[in-house]
Amino acid sequence: MGFLELQNITKIYPNGTKAVDETSLNIDNGEFVVFVGPSGCGKSTLLRMIAGLEDITSGKISLDGNLINNIDPSERDVAMVFQNYALYPHMSVFNNMSYGLKNRGISKDEINNKVNDVAKLLEIDQLLSRKPSMLSGGQRQRVAMGRAIVRNPKIFLFDEPLSNLDAKLRNQMRLEIKKLQRQMGVTSIFVTHDQTEAMTLGDRIVVINNGVVEQVGTPKDIYSKPKTKFVAEFIGSPQMNLFQSKIENGLAKISDIQIKLNNTLNIEDACVGIRPDDILISDKGEYSSLANLVEYLGSDMIIYSSIGGQEFSCKLSSKINLKAGDIFKFDISPSTVHIFDNVTGYRA
Amino acid sequence: MIIPVWIIFASSTHSSLFINTNGLQFFLGDNFVENYSRVLFKKSGFFKEITAFKMFFNSFVMAIGIATLSVVTSLMAAYGLVYFKIKYATIIFWLIFITLLVPLELRIMPSYIIMSKLNLVNTFAGLILPISASAIATFFFRQFYKSIPDELLEAAKLDGTSSWRFFIDFLVPLSKTMIAAVFIFMFVFGYNQYLWPLIMTTSEQYWTVVMGLKTMYGSISDRFAFVIMSMIPPVIIIVFLQKLFIQGIFQSK
Repeated sequence: MGFLELQNITKIYPNGTKAVDETSLNIDNGEFVVFVGPSGCGKSTLLRMIAGLEDITSGKISLDGNLINNIDPSERDVAMVFQNYALYPHMSVFNNMSYGLKNRGISKDEINNKVNDVAKLLEIDQLLSRKPSMLSGGQRQRVAMGRAIVRNPKIFLFDEPLSNLDAKLRNQMRLEIKKLQRQMGVTSIFVTHDQTEAMTLGDRIVVINNGVVEQVGTPKDIYSKPKTKFVAEFIGSPQMNLFQSKIENGLAKISDIQIKLNNTLNIEDACVGIRPDDILISDKGEYSSLANLVEYLGSDMIIYSSIGGQEFSCKLSSKINLKAGDIFKFDISPSTVHIFDNVTGYRA
Repeated sequence: MIIPVWIIFASSTHSSLFINTNGLQFFLGDNFVENYSRVLFKKSGFFKEITAFKMFFNSFVMAIGIATLSVVTSLMAAYGLVYFKIKYATIIFWLIFITLLVPLELRIMPSYIIMSKLNLVNTFAGLILPISASAIATFFFRQFYKSIPDELLEAAKLDGTSSWRFFIDFLVPLSKTMIAAVFIFMFVFGYNQYLWPLIMTTSEQYWTVVMGLKTMYGSISDRFAFVIMSMIPPVIIIVFLQKLFIQGIFQSK
């Protein structure tokens, strides 16, 4: 039995849209779980149901052994960091952080101590008397987190909190969130549509698509053994190359090239997935193709090419000398090939 | 616009005799204190029961009452319409809004009958209550509340706020600028009321400044002094709240 337990959670909006479909999930105490998926997949809805901001159509949510389906959000002992921070614009940083404590009837001295401690931890102790409009994006983010931390909740919920920051700050805050979570050991759920964030932050990742959980696992599991075609495509950057193919007795045919697999599968309508960095360029390579376009990224470069009209990309060190229009040779190791059944969408 | 006002002011500081013989004046005279104190404290009206000072007091109470009650009622009405899951909130809102089409003059008889049945003729309550709900102010507040992001309410909910506390701790301070604007608007509206107080009051004790303007009999410089003084209360309110208004604009964002 997990710390936070979701049992067959379903959410159907009044207009008939099914946002979340029969989702079950167990989250352990102290775990950092990331919900990831494209926008509109139901990940935020799921988070908001855990927070109590959204009614549950059917299913059970329990936290620390107590059913919390019908418990008021403020009594669930959860804290949330919102996408646009939702700081109270008319209150100082101190009041923003202390408002929840005040509503719980905590004494003034204790509030002062708690807020000051958390402010020091987040390095915002100089800003306590300022209004949110006088803060930068990163500072607002810290205040929003401070407001959550100060309440000492059982669970932190993050609803895409980094999407409003610029790239540099985002990386910095990402690291900081991870560090803080480790330090405090509070169970956290983080919602994002950015797979890099998901991979770097999560102890476990929950990939959601169309209201259905596609796969739950460690970042490594998900990257190396995607369970469905959707997960394969969604996780990893650049995206995994998917080729339509026919597999006969362990031999995958992609138009005129053939890849010998490590098995003896027979699939009529198959999809062969190869990560761009698993395409190994070498002069002695078995296959060859024309580089249509080369994208230079500093340490790496990405080559866009096609096999029999099916486009693919490969990622390699930019030390290799290759220009658009060149013919290159490459190898594919059978152990790095992912096979999906196009009919079911599942990994074969 | 300033020049006519100045001429009236300058003329009001001369004696009546001087104006009658020399016409309107552009420069200040030396009867300022004498004229103004006489106007303020002289008994006037048909029965000589009321002083200009009392009229100012009456007008001020009425205008403040109307402005305050309008702000309170429309703030709360808008809160109910926007934040509570009322089934026909939009229809109710438009019903309230339609009352804009019905001017006070049209409902003046029924309003009078209600007030007289409640024994509120010749009271401040009678002067204030029937004009202390404003559809336009409700409209302003409603639109403003709708522009407040939902996350704010959600964050507040997680912080354990009740619906009453959310109103007091969030909506009221956030709509400070809007409150100042509505207050100014309703104050001037209340101060300028003429027909309603005329009907609602039979005792001269409840006369207001605007009624007094019409019935002021006296020398020409007295009337000028009265006109000048009648402009002061709205100006004070506007100047005072303007500060708040501008402050609010810079603070909230």
